[in-house]
Amino acid sequence: MSIQDNMWKYLFKIIFLGIMDALSIWSAVILYNDSAYLLLIGLIIVVGAINIVYLIDKAYPMRYILPGTIFMVIFVVYPIFYTVYISFTNYGTGHVLDKQQVVNQLENRYFNPKDAEEFTFDTFKLEDKNEFILLFENEEGKRFIGYNNKLTPFENFDKKIIDSDNDGQIDQIAGYKRLPQMQLFQHLSSLQDLEYQLNDRILRMKNTEYFSSYIRQYKYDAEKDQLNSLRTDRVYKPSENGYFESKDGERLTPGFRTHIGWENYKKLLTDDRIFNPFLRVFIWTFEWAILSVFLTFSLGLFMAILLNDKNLRFRKIYRVILILPYAIPGFISVLVWRGLFNAEVGAVNNLLQFLSIGGIQWMQDPVWAKVALLIVNLWMGFPYMMLIALGSLQSISNNLYEAAAIDGASVWQKFRHITLPLLLVSLGPLLISSFAFNFNNFNVIYLFNEGGPAIPGAQTPAGATDILISYTYRLSFATGRGSDFGLASTVALFIFMITATITWFNFKYTGALEDVKENE
Amino acid sequence: MNNNYESTTIRLLRHFIILLVVAFVFFPIVWTLSASLNPANTIVGQKIIPDNASLVHYKEIFTSDTHPFMLWMWNSIKISLITAFFSVSMTALAAYPFSRFHFTGRRNGLFMILLIQIFPQMLAMVAIYLLFLNIQNYIPSIGLNTHTALVLTYLGGSIGVNTWLMKGYLDTIPRSLEEAAYIDGASRFQAFVQIILPLARPILSVLFVLQFIRTYSEYILASILLNGTEKFTLAVGLQMFISDMYGKRMGVFSAAALVGAIPIVVLFMIFQDYIVHGLTGGGVKE
Repeated sequence: MSIQDNMWKYLFKIIFLGIMDALSIWSAVILYNDSAYLLLIGLIIVVGAINIVYLIDKAYPMRYILPGTIFMVIFVVYPIFYTVYISFTNYGTGHVLDKQQVVNQLENRYFNPKDAEEFTFDTFKLEDKNEFILLFENEEGKRFIGYNNKLTPFENFDKKIIDSDNDGQIDQIAGYKRLPQMQLFQHLSSLQDLEYQLNDRILRMKNTEYFSSYIRQYKYDAEKDQLNSLRTDRVYKPSENGYFESKDGERLTPGFRTHIGWENYKKLLTDDRIFNPFLRVFIWTFEWAILSVFLTFSLGLFMAILLNDKNLRFRKIYRVILILPYAIPGFISVLVWRGLFNAEVGAVNNLLQFLSIGGIQWMQDPVWAKVALLIVNLWMGFPYMMLIALGSLQSISNNLYEAAAIDGASVWQKFRHITLPLLLVSLGPLLISSFAFNFNNFNVIYLFNEGGPAIPGAQTPAGATDILISYTYRLSFATGRGSDFGLASTVALFIFMITATITWFNFKYTGALEDVKENE
Repeated sequence: MNNNYESTTIRLLRHFIILLVVAFVFFPIVWTLSASLNPANTIVGQKIIPDNASLVHYKEIFTSDTHPFMLWMWNSIKISLITAFFSVSMTALAAYPFSRFHFTGRRNGLFMILLIQIFPQMLAMVAIYLLFLNIQNYIPSIGLNTHTALVLTYLGGSIGVNTWLMKGYLDTIPRSLEEAAYIDGASRFQAFVQIILPLARPILSVLFVLQFIRTYSEYILASILLNGTEKFTLAVGLQMFISDMYGKRMGVFSAAALVGAIPIVVLFMIFQDYIVHGLTGGGVKE
């Protein structure tokens, strides 16, 4: 490569980095002004890393690794830490905004005092634009013109007022045309946004006939960190659980999001109405994962043994058919099975009718719902087990069986003492992975019955077939109920600790960790 | 066990048991096929081969305005293709130095990649949702309800495991080939592009296909990040369409389910051997 080539490359690099840095500084200023500090820190780290990696020759390997790393950091590592953070807050419905935003919202509340003046109004609108001039008349017949958020006595208004047909009714003010009463409703929401300063009060729309004067309801005292009610002389102080609260316990809504320490953890483990359903979900999650692995592995291994015979007729066709469930996208299989298990119109109950077994409520009965789920998961999961067992069976030396045959071992004894132990050694890690996978098998649980039927008396949206991950999902995103991001994150961290432990042991077992060590 | 000695009874029993399981496998598939051909949208008293079978439901999924199945499927395919492409590109880049260069932090880097895999990304769903809710205020084009947001999330979640598998494969490619290229004056990047990538084609395609299938079938993150009908993936759209409507929409749903499964089934059957091989290497299909 010539020196000139290198120079061009260098120049290109500098220009590229320069443009990127300029854009970043520009965005950083915006983020700083909006006090979005987390995003700002993220931006600085990413841009800083890119600069370092492309300017310093020693960081050459990082040039390959950096793109993937950035994605991993932003969308995996950062969310992990953010989850931990959220678990210590009350973030959720009713506590979505931060304190400053809540203060702003409450300070924008007004009330209509008893001595409020009422004004009738006529509306004038600029053609093709959503801009209005209002002509007000108070109870004493005094007229004002509302223009540009200001109220001017009619006599003092210096712009052109036209009454073209001389009927005493004004038709046009400063080029704004009178809006016929009929059209008022089309512009109602724009009119409701209009505010005019009237001494210490604010003139706002009360209904379609009147504007009325309003008084601000709360005033924030930053020094004492409290909201003063201008209406009742009450004082509202921020409470630990994220509300502005008066001494006698009156709360202002919305609340704000705030740190609540270990409150979510305490609530989850000590509040009976939350702990009991959580415990049920927790136990079922383990039952579900263990039974799923056991059932799929049993059927898979059984089929593998049946198919593990090169002379078996139709062997290839059987194999193709038997792995079909594994080839079909999971969400489709589950939704189809959901239809099959439908109590009224489903095929399963139709089939059972032939056997004179009457309508089982697969979706409403907790036990039957679990049975149905295990059947669905068996259907979806046994082909995988069959495939790995087939692979593993072929690696078992025939000599072992021959030796056993000489000793007069029965088929069962051969299976029990040769096949099974050897398979469990080679497939152990895959079985553990499968356990971890089913532990978080959201799709089957949620798409089949949304975790239902509901556990009666539960304060949280917990269902009888919910596993921890679907429970987390429903705590955060279930329609109809509010979201409790804080509690959901707490549950997610429990799952994380369990999954992490399982996977960690699996890594140790498979020697993946040793792999890393060897790499030095 | 020598099969020459297997009696006819045992052989027949073997076939019989296999056929029972085959029936279990076929049960939902045949039933869905039958419902999709039954012009009445209900399934009460359905026969396996419906009277006056018709393709009316298939016609509907290609033309329905209220439930744009084809758009959903296209969204799914588009998102999966883009995710798989960028995921494999970034993984190939990231795995290369881990396999070839010696640099400080290499071991720790590998360890981190391994460590991150123990945290399933979907557990952080709340944080990911709030992250995009936040980003939305600044850059709406990658905020909630955009495919970009979903692709970015999937990319982040796929890189750890894919890099690990890719590195394992690259380790098996002998170094002598690159060294020869260096002697001929190739730069390290040129050696990577012109020597390593062509040799790594098998693992590149396996990871691409696996990532495609995984993304196509993903439900939870898609359902959180997308909320407009026209943005849905097939998984989200189909769930919305059918939930608790089995009595009324069975036919259309069945047709859509079958059509939606075809691309993945075909891919799976073509790459079967690779996928099964990759499975025993530790990857679990979702």
